[in-house]
Amino acid sequence: MSDGIDRRSMLKGSTAALGAAGAAALGSASAQAQDVASPSGTPNVNTSITLNSTSRSFAHEARVTLLDLLREQAGLPGTKKGCNEGACGACTVLLDGERINACMTLAATCDGRSVTTVEGLAAADGTLHPVQRAFIEQDAFQCGYCTSGQVVSAVACINEGHAGSEEEIAEWMSGNICRCASYPQIIAAVQQAATEMEG
Amino acid sequence: MTDMHKIETALTGIIVADDGAPLALPENGIGSPQRRMDGPDKVTGQATYAGEDMPNGTLHAVLVTSPVAKGRIAAVDTGQARAAPGVVRVLTPADMPTLGSPSVPPTAQSKLPMSSLDIDYEGQPIAIVLAETLEQAEAGAGLVRIGIERAKPAVFDTAEVEVPPTEGNGYVLGELDPAHGDVDAGFANAAHRIEATYTTPTRHHNMMEPSATLAEWRGGDLHLNDATQWSWGLQLSLAGIFDMEPSRIHIRCPYTGGGFGAKGYVWPHQILAPIAARIVGRPVKLNLTRTGCYTGCGYQSGTQSRLRLASDAQGHLTAVEHHTENVTSVSDDYIEFANMGTRGMYAMPAYRMTTRVRRANVGTPTAMRAPHEGPGMFALESAMDELAYEIGMDPLELRLANYTDSDPHSGKPFSSNKLREAYAEGARRIGWSDRVHEPRSRRDGDKLLGLGMAGAIMTTFRNASQARVAMTPDGRFTVEVGSQEIGTGTRTIFAQVVAERLGIPSERVTVVLGSTDLPPASATLGSASTISIGSAVATATDNLKTRLDDMAGRETRPDEWPDLLARLGVDRVQAEGAFTLPGDVSFDAHGGQTDYSMHTWGAVFVEMEVDEITGIARMRRAVAAYSAGRILNPVTARSQMIGGIIFGYGRAMLEASPMDPRYGRYLSKNLSGVQLPVNADIPRNIDVCFIEEHDPHASAIGVRGIGELGEVGVAAAITNAIYNATGKRVRDLPVHFEHLIA
Repeated sequence: MSDGIDRRSMLKGSTAALGAAGAAALGSASAQAQDVASPSGTPNVNTSITLNSTSRSFAHEARVTLLDLLREQAGLPGTKKGCNEGACGACTVLLDGERINACMTLAATCDGRSVTTVEGLAAADGTLHPVQRAFIEQDAFQCGYCTSGQVVSAVACINEGHAGSEEEIAEWMSGNICRCASYPQIIAAVQQAATEMEG
Repeated sequence: MTDMHKIETALTGIIVADDGAPLALPENGIGSPQRRMDGPDKVTGQATYAGEDMPNGTLHAVLVTSPVAKGRIAAVDTGQARAAPGVVRVLTPADMPTLGSPSVPPTAQSKLPMSSLDIDYEGQPIAIVLAETLEQAEAGAGLVRIGIERAKPAVFDTAEVEVPPTEGNGYVLGELDPAHGDVDAGFANAAHRIEATYTTPTRHHNMMEPSATLAEWRGGDLHLNDATQWSWGLQLSLAGIFDMEPSRIHIRCPYTGGGFGAKGYVWPHQILAPIAARIVGRPVKLNLTRTGCYTGCGYQSGTQSRLRLASDAQGHLTAVEHHTENVTSVSDDYIEFANMGTRGMYAMPAYRMTTRVRRANVGTPTAMRAPHEGPGMFALESAMDELAYEIGMDPLELRLANYTDSDPHSGKPFSSNKLREAYAEGARRIGWSDRVHEPRSRRDGDKLLGLGMAGAIMTTFRNASQARVAMTPDGRFTVEVGSQEIGTGTRTIFAQVVAERLGIPSERVTVVLGSTDLPPASATLGSASTISIGSAVATATDNLKTRLDDMAGRETRPDEWPDLLARLGVDRVQAEGAFTLPGDVSFDAHGGQTDYSMHTWGAVFVEMEVDEITGIARMRRAVAAYSAGRILNPVTARSQMIGGIIFGYGRAMLEASPMDPRYGRYLSKNLSGVQLPVNADIPRNIDVCFIEEHDPHASAIGVRGIGELGEVGVAAAITNAIYNATGKRVRDLPVHFEHLIA
């Protein structure tokens, strides 16, 4: 074997040398990656984003999408990757206030712009956004993996004026798939939040 | 604008008495309509999923998989990939260590990944590219060059029909070929007969979180962050494969982003990530892409069911045949028991059933909501509708005429069964008495309207489980159990069990889940978590109370316990509880070795409209009434049933993963080329209710299970409604508009 190590012993025996790297606990939750370029990548683009009301700058490769930048580099994994081709809506964020699929957006195109993710919707004191409260009240989610995208999309749906009827909400929320299929509850949550936000 | 989908409206009448009278919901404990305890985490993006941790030094792994379904690897050229920026290592079959033999299940496939040069299915892993960033690993994977000597694959349509082995086959859930009575006489002497073949397509789980795993070795211990429905199954599987003590494998599962069966058993990425991490000596994150999920973590096999039903003049069944086939892989014998529901649903004096597989060059199928009864009850309940029309009888009356209060196969009484009450309540809510039996009788402009119904049955699965409940002097309680939260609301309902047991508010209970360093617990699979773990939590809670009474030397109330602990100088009191099964088995189905047959039941009613000109069909309303045991939380239970009904709508109307028979490859392996239900597909008024019930035999807390039941029967109710609307019988799913054009 090329490493000069017996393969079976690697899995069975004492492996201090092999097992020593990677010291961080598995529970440490993506905390270390704030604003740093990938370790041995070749970042050749600098992008400055107003991210959840905070100015942030990132050095990254040109090919990095906004979604991967958020999840892997910005320490904001709340925005989810469901399909990586713009078909499920799990990665919905607000770009200058409009909802987009972050997986279909190159991070470099966001320079000088404002991005709001699900982590940026609640007030600074932790008070939930009316849409977030309505999703809890109406039980508009189950596993939670599409929920970030649904909540962000719902905020935009209401701001766009597309929450006038059940049918209109259903149509304008159909870019966000919920496989647990809490669709009727999502409609109810958008209605509840729209009433509160417009009231 | 209606408001019946609003939760305040929906919760009125969600639990009803035998006569349909709505019951008031308690404010606390079991049955109270509490919102999810993990709601704030999920709506703010703070809930973390398995693939989102990033220990220092983590490498990203991307699998290179086979583009052909059958052949042999002739060469793997990793030179270009290894030279690409950021690529640290490329592993091929030559790098694989010697491994132990896996137990199947929990391992999904007996043939271990990258263990041979033979290609048995599209998507089989061939190499792993490890790089510093995700982009570098993805780019490197595109540079690995593979030479494969191709061979012609077998597919479902061309494969031979085989009797699957039962000896040593962990996928066997019952007899292959149950039979009873004189079937031939039952047919010969019948007044009415129907015979038809029904097919359901291969389809994929498409849980929103693609499968993901993060492996790290610390000393000799393996730590995995994994998106799983069965942490303990993963631990058991890897212990066998790596020849390790299970206790040295630590599975952590913070939240699981859906699974529907895809994350139940152990798939190649969960085996390869730890191997890669061991070889490179760094943590390795292996998150499957959506495309990777299409060949990397199972699917529901297409099924073919051949049904024959015979009845007397009054509609009583005199003989039943149900013969099923599903596809399985070269290496394993997964069986989709599509005739399972038929074994328990109706009184049958004579029946004959067979269960067969066809072996093809495909990955191994797996359970998908709902397995077995899901595809099978489309066939049985379609056939019952056809028989009703053959007789000229109301389809609901036909079901009632064949109701059975004991298991027709085992002869055991049911642990509990409120199916007749469910039929009645569902019929009342949909307005069944106004239905016109003759097809094409109702219309609304260009839309033909129809009402259809189906019965539902689901096997009750149970798993031995343990739980720990602790109390601290601040008056708070902690439930600790090695289960996982996948969206079913376990964190909330286990707290409600403790609250009910002790008469305390459930806000004082914290539920800790998601680690194999906690007490061993049931898989979140087979609708088994609540029945199994909920019972263990109840027992642990009772044991805690006994322990505190013992400490006090008398019977005490929970509000006395903080003072008691303070007086004794104790900072934590805890107790364990277990849910065990007769025969000391770890798993049983249909009641196992008990004296009872255990199933859940439902009655599904649907109104469909079909545009006479375009053939486009839409669901107008759905009503479902269930007999599923006690309901711990009507909010989370309602959401699960609505989700199941929409899953069934997908089965009926949209979902299929067709395979190109020439190449053994799926035509689409993404969400752009496969249809799934979206919000605009679904009517807002899906009306769900549960008949009040307390099953004294299935569990310690009166419950059975609900997760899979909601999907069962929906497809048949839909196609039966389409028949009532149009006079066109659809026997092959999904329904296409070309089936319905006049």
